[in-house]
Amino acid sequence: MPKDSGIGASSKRREDVRFLTGKGKYTDDMNVEGQAHCYILRSDVAHGTLDSVDTSAAADMPGVRGILTGEDFVEVGGLPCGWQVTDRFGEPMQEPKHPVIAHGKVRHVGDPIAVVVADTLAEARDAAEAIDVSITELSAVVDMAAALADGATKVHDDLTNNLCYDWGFVEENKDAVDEAIKGAHHVTTLELVNNRLVANPMEPRVAIGDYDASTNDHTLYTTSQNPHVIRLLMGAFVLGIPEHKLRVVAPDVGGGFGSKIYHYAEEAIVTVASKQFGCPVKWTSSRSEAFMSDAQGRDHVTKIELAMDENGKFLALRTDTMANMGAYLSTFSTCVPTWLHGTLMAGNYTTPLIYCNVKAVFTNTVPVDAYRGAGRPEATFQLERVIDMAAREMGIDPIELRMRNFVQPDQFPYQTPVAVVYDTGNYQGTMAKLLEVVDRDGFAARKAASAANGKLRGFGVASYIEACGIAPSSLVGALGARAGLYESATVRVNATGSISVMTGSHSHGQGHETTFAQVVSDMLGIEENAVEIVHGDTAKIPFGMGTYGSRSLAVGGSAMVKATEKIIKKATKIAAHLMEAAEVDVEFKDGQFSVAGTDKSVAWGEVCLAAYVPHNYPLEEIEPGLEESAFYDPANFTYPAGAYACEVEVDPDTGKVEICSFAAADDFGNVINPMIVEGQVHGGLAQGLGQALLENTVYDENGQLLTGSFMDYAMPRADDLPSFEVDHSSLTPCTHNPLGVKGCGEAGAIGSPPALVNAVIDALADKGVVHIDMPLSPSRVWAAMNQAG
Amino acid sequence: MAQVSMTVNGKAVSGEVEGRTLLVQFLRDQLRLTGTHVGCDTGQCGACVVHVDGEAVKACNMFAGEADGAEVTTIEGMANADGSLGTIQQAFQDHHGLQCGFCTPGMVMSAAALLKDNPNPSEAEIREYLEGNICRCTGYHNIVKAIQAASDAQ
Amino acid sequence: MYDFELVKPSSVADAAAALGDEDAQALSGGQTLIPTMKQRLAMPSKLVSLAGIEEMQGVAVSAVGGIRIGAATTHATVAKEVAGSYPALAALADGIGDPAVRNRGTIGGSLANNDPSACYPCGTLASGATINTNKRAIAADDFFVGLFETALEEGEIITSVDFPTPSAANYQKFDQPASRFALVGVMVAKFDDGVRVAVTGASESGVFRWSEAEAALNGNFSADAVAGLSVSADGLISDMHGSADYRAHLVGVLTMRAVAAC
Repeated sequence: MPKDSGIGASSKRREDVRFLTGKGKYTDDMNVEGQAHCYILRSDVAHGTLDSVDTSAAADMPGVRGILTGEDFVEVGGLPCGWQVTDRFGEPMQEPKHPVIAHGKVRHVGDPIAVVVADTLAEARDAAEAIDVSITELSAVVDMAAALADGATKVHDDLTNNLCYDWGFVEENKDAVDEAIKGAHHVTTLELVNNRLVANPMEPRVAIGDYDASTNDHTLYTTSQNPHVIRLLMGAFVLGIPEHKLRVVAPDVGGGFGSKIYHYAEEAIVTVASKQFGCPVKWTSSRSEAFMSDAQGRDHVTKIELAMDENGKFLALRTDTMANMGAYLSTFSTCVPTWLHGTLMAGNYTTPLIYCNVKAVFTNTVPVDAYRGAGRPEATFQLERVIDMAAREMGIDPIELRMRNFVQPDQFPYQTPVAVVYDTGNYQGTMAKLLEVVDRDGFAARKAASAANGKLRGFGVASYIEACGIAPSSLVGALGARAGLYESATVRVNATGSISVMTGSHSHGQGHETTFAQVVSDMLGIEENAVEIVHGDTAKIPFGMGTYGSRSLAVGGSAMVKATEKIIKKATKIAAHLMEAAEVDVEFKDGQFSVAGTDKSVAWGEVCLAAYVPHNYPLEEIEPGLEESAFYDPANFTYPAGAYACEVEVDPDTGKVEICSFAAADDFGNVINPMIVEGQVHGGLAQGLGQALLENTVYDENGQLLTGSFMDYAMPRADDLPSFEVDHSSLTPCTHNPLGVKGCGEAGAIGSPPALVNAVIDALADKGVVHIDMPLSPSRVWAAMNQAG
Repeated sequence: MAQVSMTVNGKAVSGEVEGRTLLVQFLRDQLRLTGTHVGCDTGQCGACVVHVDGEAVKACNMFAGEADGAEVTTIEGMANADGSLGTIQQAFQDHHGLQCGFCTPGMVMSAAALLKDNPNPSEAEIREYLEGNICRCTGYHNIVKAIQAASDAQ
Repeated sequence: MYDFELVKPSSVADAAAALGDEDAQALSGGQTLIPTMKQRLAMPSKLVSLAGIEEMQGVAVSAVGGIRIGAATTHATVAKEVAGSYPALAALADGIGDPAVRNRGTIGGSLANNDPSACYPCGTLASGATINTNKRAIAADDFFVGLFETALEEGEIITSVDFPTPSAANYQKFDQPASRFALVGVMVAKFDDGVRVAVTGASESGVFRWSEAEAALNGNFSADAVAGLSVSADGLISDMHGSADYRAHLVGVLTMRAVAAC
């Protein structure tokens, strides 16, 4: 029986009521009394020297309060990168300064040049047109291979070249891997592109700076997945504002998918502008602006080689990747192609020897950073594609080949050759569950029916594993992270027994207000509605690292559980006092404290009241009040895994791919709210299938962004996608966090691209097509069929 | 500046607007009806869909002056008279047809327009009708389910 | 966008007078014009809304088989009103943009804009329609001059479009995946005096008639008749969504499908 509340129940989301009635409070819905608006004049060339920025005419335009240029930010810090990668020679990466506003040079289309603050946005934009900008255009560095060539134009003149780092992992394995590949029975080699994506949360970014001169307090309202991280980065590294004088508020956030993790220039701009011009300053991004100012995702070019013995047993894996950083290092950009990518190259398999080389490259394009999955989709895509190709070359069924190489259930904990230890999993189990859901035996008949209609039908599978619950601080610290990745929570029991939970995680659509309340109410045996989740405001929450990397429940939820356990412990002491019993004899169940073997009991509410009205209270032993905080730092990553299947029909006349069905069997460990988990999978699948079929970010040779709006960047729409079959019943609970949860936010985006591409290649195999780079647009599929034929 | 008057969610309103003031700006900035959202500037995402004289339109692709004299319904006007969720809104909650909520007002308004014209749409008809409403969170799966459920409930 | 004055005349004559002002521009449904203005790519000082002009609204089906569509009639209205009398045109109108766009966008606006990937120019040209303005009647064959260019003079207003109804017709649209405009669209219309085939989305010069296909279909109205034909890729659009070769190929495929669906 499904539960109707608490852990395991598909509780309806409480946040929905405000969203469904138009009462959500997104940042752009906020207007601070007396606010001015700003418009950011951005570079329309990809690379050039910024010779002069003359704002004198603009300053006299109607409504203008003031103008900022790069000169105004010369003295402050640049936008920081949060992860220092050490290259394979032991040297730190090349790390250029990222000015808040361009100074000296512009390095990508969209690089901010000047900021006009005016009474209205229209006036600010009118005035921006009067700014006289003189740029000497330089040749743009766009292609990664060209960027690494000797004598290439440099994106950053003060760096040696355009190579951010040359990273090898595991460097000590390199020779052994080379040797194994040389002597192998069969080696499958695949070169592929992981296409650049734009996250495109439906809510564009917004920032409002509000400075109070009477107290010297700064408030920043911003569209962020992690307000505390913004406070830390902007306060400490950019503007030098101490935390107690800077409050960062992220109200309802309309999607993020990674793109709202980072500290962006606009946040520093409105904060500075508000103080300088004496008024709150609001910036609202247009979608067109978002395309050239939000960090983008993916953009890897990879060669992968898989060596096997005659039975298809994987012997060694070698990859060679170029990863595009764009023009500057966004907050977590450097860890994505390294520690979030190389460490996952074992996949679900027992490949004993792995070497992964990654060259991170500067180009005159918008910075690239984590986007839903972040490094793990790139790892999974290349691995699951090369395995499918190997299966075809070896004449082994692709599912059978995977089964032969899966880590076996009795091998956990499993130490991979790429540093991480999988605590638990059952890859055979999710594959078996997948095959229950899909009718593989009926495929031949369906293929014949498609053929009768002139269509080519294909079936593809992919397995995936990801490292979530980011992350053990000591481990990531050793790998170059400049932050800890724990989470905090405070559970405040109010005098009448209701509860406020302050969490450093911050929902941008995941439904924390509901799920987190389910956990706490379940632990305390009280109504879900008696628990309120408070998030998104540094003034209300002790600390937090935010929401990304499928970490909220696994890390933030664990902190909340720890704090709630402390509450129970203290409440038990109080209850023992009230019942005049020994603490050890007191049991807590269903919101009731009782003494074993007696009829003595005291209700939750009475204990809470006693804590705040301590007339009869063990004051000599414990303090009044009932509020506890906890920080939780995970012992390991969590490792969600699963198996996905896709069936497609290709129209050979046009190259158009139709997704006929898509099934997902995931192991997320324990599940708190199945409805929300399934929704997360649906959304991830849509983004992964969007990457595979539709989405692409294209720059021309001059660095002009050709896909700068929804007119050219193909977002998945309702009629591009089928309904999905999702299952999460084959599960192995995480062994090292209290809830046994693994995280579910990114899985769909990780496992689905290779499943779709494998299906299309299966459909086209008879035509001699062995690979097509994403997105599998009609024109690409048609061209591949015709070239191969 | 010009004077515009219209009925919004059953209430007569008026205001001074520039020629360039979009209907969505009038709703959000002057009437403070911030449920109608702006998610793009090319008329594609549909976060701004409202009803003008009973028909779904994109409020970011229409000038306020063009709606002078019109009957406008926004997401704020979709709940029942007692404040409880309307049938479509309730179906979206019941079937988890929303995550971040940003596209949701436009989705609900489009769904209402669809069900007015076609009370019993097929899954394919629902998906086709939503061509002008982009959701980045749900993969549309539960939005389709919600609209089917609303169709059954009506 | 830049500011402007919005005027809303109630007659074609008043609209024409208003358009006489310097930098005045007509506003029909605005579904293309407003996004263009947001990008500050157009800066009219005055926008003359045609939506309130009664005489430019609606669909009239004549007893002898022709259809007159008021220029300010929305795509949604056309889709509904001509479903019985000219189903292929109704289907074309029903495939433009999305439902909310179809409730605002108009046939007159689409034709005056003449986007090289738009559907209406294709339907109009394939139908051999006549575009009526406040000054004259222009045959579709003379109306579409080039990319975003028409025979309209400064301040001239399309008031209605007359469509002869074919005995059979079909429009095949292959979507550009992002914008959902036609990557290629082909309309085939069979009249007593011959077949007309128009192609949108493909050519750098905008909508065009595929005379070779028309000739073949006049001899033998079947998909087989056009199976061996192909348009030259020269002068066709080549972009990230499809090469000129691909578009040329699609013209052939869609033409065959349109004929087969007639």
